[in-house]
Amino acid sequence: MIEVKDLRKSFNDVEVLKGISTTFDTGKVNLVIGQSGSGKTVFLKCLLNVYEPSSGGILFDGRDIVRMSREEKQALRAEIGTVFQGSALFDSMTVEENISFPLDMFTNLTYREKKRKVLEVIGRVNLQNANKKFPSEISGGMQKRVAIARAIVNNPKYLFCDEPNSGLDPYTSNVIDDLLLEITKEYNTTTIINTHDMNSVMTIGEKILYLRLGIKEWEGNKDILATAKNKNLLDFVYSSELFKQLREFMLENEQTSLTHHNKPENNETEDSRIQNKKSNENE
Amino acid sequence: MLGKALSKPQKRNVYLKLLVREFYDLGVNSFGLVLFTSFFVGAVVAIQMFNNFSASSFPIPNSFIGYATKVVLILEFSPTIISVILAGKVGSYIASSIGTMRVTEQIDALDIMGVNSPNFLILPKIVASVIFNPLLIAISIVVGIWGGYVAGIATGNWTKADYITGIQMYMPSYFIWYAFLKTAVFAFLIATIPAYFGYNVKGGSLEVGRASTQAVVWTMISVIIMDLLLTQMLLS
Repeated sequence: MIEVKDLRKSFNDVEVLKGISTTFDTGKVNLVIGQSGSGKTVFLKCLLNVYEPSSGGILFDGRDIVRMSREEKQALRAEIGTVFQGSALFDSMTVEENISFPLDMFTNLTYREKKRKVLEVIGRVNLQNANKKFPSEISGGMQKRVAIARAIVNNPKYLFCDEPNSGLDPYTSNVIDDLLLEITKEYNTTTIINTHDMNSVMTIGEKILYLRLGIKEWEGNKDILATAKNKNLLDFVYSSELFKQLREFMLENEQTSLTHHNKPENNETEDSRIQNKKSNENE
Repeated sequence: MLGKALSKPQKRNVYLKLLVREFYDLGVNSFGLVLFTSFFVGAVVAIQMFNNFSASSFPIPNSFIGYATKVVLILEFSPTIISVILAGKVGSYIASSIGTMRVTEQIDALDIMGVNSPNFLILPKIVASVIFNPLLIAISIVVGIWGGYVAGIATGNWTKADYITGIQMYMPSYFIWYAFLKTAVFAFLIATIPAYFGYNVKGGSLEVGRASTQAVVWTMISVIIMDLLLTQMLLS
């Protein structure tokens, strides 16, 4: 569980985060949403201690990262997995080496043990055929899955994702959402995701924190989103005509959330889908 | 940043792997350029020595062409000019590779994982440069002298025997130490200054390009100023 207490952050007298307090539960997918400039990224970077908060506390299961010594922070960081917006994979390493990196740096496992763990997570994110490829040789969706694999290989207690769906097609976004939800349940992680993707908000948002101008404007979950009274939140989430109609439809039918979204049929992976697409184009 | 970079590596195995890769990227990949440049400059230096000695008002034996070429290469050309050339080639590589890692959040990823990123990225480059550049300079000296030898054969201006006699003439051994000491200091500058510019890039690909150019310029300036200081300190 991560507890945020009255978090404030200023840059050159401009207050970006204005006293945010909230709790992110273990084993749940927690989403942070908000318009560009609302302070989402600064909030996430404060949680990760990339930015030092101006005031307030961030407690990782009772341990305040703001007041920790360097050694304690280093130890805590080994419990954190992070997926960056641009994946941030190491260009000079293969997929397998990228995933193995946290194990190489922070464990004393033997080569065989590391290999076994890496192959296990590669299987978990469906990347079996990409082991020896470099990040530049694989698609954006596959890069995201490698980043997720790297983030989870060391069994993190906390998983942070900064816009994991950005730049991905809707289908691949769903694959990534499913994966993050499954991993959160399977590894019992406290998962915090910064997102702009309203599809993710309505399908995997077990807790949703809406930030506006550095203030916590609303918090809840996907089940109460459609019936929320906050106008700013509704304008933001249901900004497109399609989503507005969807909300009206849900309210008319007394349905509060989308419980399922389209999963690939026949367990078709993204790789095979891309392959099929290419074959169709060639034909 | 330098303090963090020069601290003890977190994982020895990972560090050794990185070091081997840097030996290849920074050192082995520079062989061709060093060989090519040294050969031709050695030849040019020898030809210019011949022209100047011929124009002299008093006779200078042809064997001095070999001696002068050797001393010029050891004292100045190989350590300084090759280091300036490496500042361009290796410096731009270091600044742009680290800069790209910065703008693509790879360095943030290292920091968040708890990796000492300056140490991880910069220390192997410093060690590889300081160990490998003296080797490149030694090769440059040998190839430059050979270039002068080939120039004599090609032009017919001096005989092989004269040139070899000149090469065998006495030269103080500390000239060699001076050359290698200079090279090691320059290698440190070549690894650290571009790393600093690359590590502190803010922005996108345009800024990476700018940082790379700035890094090369400042490294070259530093090498030349340091050359003056070391020459004054060690040879005066």
